[in-house]
Amino acid sequence: MSKRLEGKVALITGGTSGIGAAAVRRLASEGAKVAFTGSNAEAAAALCAETGASFHPHRVQNADAWPVLMEELHKLYGRLDIAFANAGMEAGDSNIEEIDVNNWNNIIAVNQTGVMLTVQHAMRAMKKNPEGSGGSIIVNSSMNANRAMGNFLAYSVTKTAVCAIVKSSAIHCALTGTKIRVNAVLPGVVETAMITNLINQQEDPVATRKAYESMSPMRRMAKVEEIAGLVAFLASDEAAFISGAEYVIDGATTAGTMGV
Amino acid sequence: MKRLEGRVALVTGGLRGIGIATVERLLEEGAEVIIADLKAPDDADVQAVLKQLGQASSYLQLNVTDEAQWEAAAASVRRDFGRLDILVNNAGIDGIGPVETMPFETWRRVMAVNSDALFLGTKHCTVLMSETGKKTRGGASIINISSIMGIVGWIEASPYNASKGAARLFTKATALEFARKGMGIRVNSVHPGFVRTPLLQEGFDRAAEMNTASTAQELLSTLDQMTPLGRVAEPSEIAATIAFLASDDASYMTGSELVVDGGWTAQ
Ligand SMILES: NC(=O)c1ccc[n+]([C@@H]2O[C@H](COP(=O)([O-])OP(=O)(O)OC[C@H]3O[C@@H](n4cnc5c(N)ncnc54)[C@H](O)[C@@H]3O)[C@@H](O)[C@H]2O)c1
Repeated sequence: MSKRLEGKVALITGGTSGIGAAAVRRLASEGAKVAFTGSNAEAAAALCAETGASFHPHRVQNADAWPVLMEELHKLYGRLDIAFANAGMEAGDSNIEEIDVNNWNNIIAVNQTGVMLTVQHAMRAMKKNPEGSGGSIIVNSSMNANRAMGNFLAYSVTKTAVCAIVKSSAIHCALTGTKIRVNAVLPGVVETAMITNLINQQEDPVATRKAYESMSPMRRMAKVEEIAGLVAFLASDEAAFISGAEYVIDGATTAGTMGV
Repeated sequence: MKRLEGRVALVTGGLRGIGIATVERLLEEGAEVIIADLKAPDDADVQAVLKQLGQASSYLQLNVTDEAQWEAAAASVRRDFGRLDILVNNAGIDGIGPVETMPFETWRRVMAVNSDALFLGTKHCTVLMSETGKKTRGGASIINISSIMGIVGWIEASPYNASKGAARLFTKATALEFARKGMGIRVNSVHPGFVRTPLLQEGFDRAAEMNTASTAQELLSTLDQMTPLGRVAEPSEIAATIAFLASDDASYMTGSELVVDGGWTAQ
């Protein structure tokens, strides 16, 4: 792997599994020093051993814990160049008729407020970089920002909302000349443990798997490494002119209808 | 980086601007690159470019609006290389002015180069690209250069807007079609904002002639200020995105539109 990210420090939220873990591996392999958050200490320890990254138990929705985390990172690394706001969940989600308001609030807290806090604190840290303000922030939205799901109301809402967070933040950075870029990635169905569990919980897992696979005309789900490849590109200086953008990576799932 | 070793690429409009920056970048990544453009092969400019770029580059005279020339081009790529991994449909022209006085010929010419050419290039390269794409991990990759003007309107640029909007949706239609049939070809569009190229310079020279109030230089610095990142792009920055789409790193990306505009359309 080439070393596009040598000398850079990255923070990845929700890095213990799935796309987050793949991003930890990918950014580390490109030379970045990586810190990641989450709550699964056991998975985290293995990933740290494998990649040399550091793990910081932390929940994104917890506003009070953010200054503590950032202080810790500052002591460890002294700078921040890349932030990947990746932590997200869908547990307890439902349709508009049936969703429980506590579950709704919970999903909004993690997927939306958590992303806002990640962008906010990353930006504050990036502005204090030794050679001046600069960095790249990437938010993990979803293709569902463009195509809402009937049975995942809160998830669809938050994934749309974070695109507005991205654009507003990108414009704010531009207006204030901070040299911080902010972009969103919008993955299609990615084969993570979250999806695998969801599939296995269904009455007919084989049929459910097939249904997920055939959402994309490519007839497969994305691999976590494929999303990490895009995140690495946006994190690197190769993407210096890209800000406020939403990059869909979904094997053409939302490119249109498949026809009859 | 050497992500494209063993791959063969064809770049239309490859002699200057974003085209030549793309050629240079794909060469750096290890690909063999065919430059396709209007000039004759023995033209001094062509010879100078080939000399500078070295052995992995070659030249093909191709007017992208001519179907017979595309057929011949595809046949010669098959004969000389036996594969085609990457097609960058980059050749493009602008066309400005108010609708009510615009000659129909201007509209037709812009549509022909910016839009018809994508159909012709895709049509005639698909068979070879599919054969190639089925053998490579990330598949073959068609990259259509649209523009932010394929997404948002612009005053007195109606043919350009229409042609670039067509490019955006032709990309999605072919992405779906090729994925569904398992052809091993990904198709994506790139939407540059304003890029420091001869096209931009010449466009502003012409605009300055029509509008005696400002010079081309003034118009260009207005563009810098209007771009949220505070500057126009360098061609190499567009080329970096094209190289990403060409590589196996983008193996799940098809039907996507990659905006590279310094925040222009986010504002
Ligand atoms: N420069 C910008 O700001 C900008 C912004 C958005 C999109 N684009 C798009 O990027 C692409 C490249 O633009 P550029 O700025 O590098 O332009 P350019 O004018 O500098 O280069 C275009 C090249 O295309 C060639 N060409 C034109 N007509 C042709 C034809 N019929 N057949 C073959 N080749 C032909 C030209 O000879 C030239 O070498 C175009 O599609 C353009 O619309 C440019």
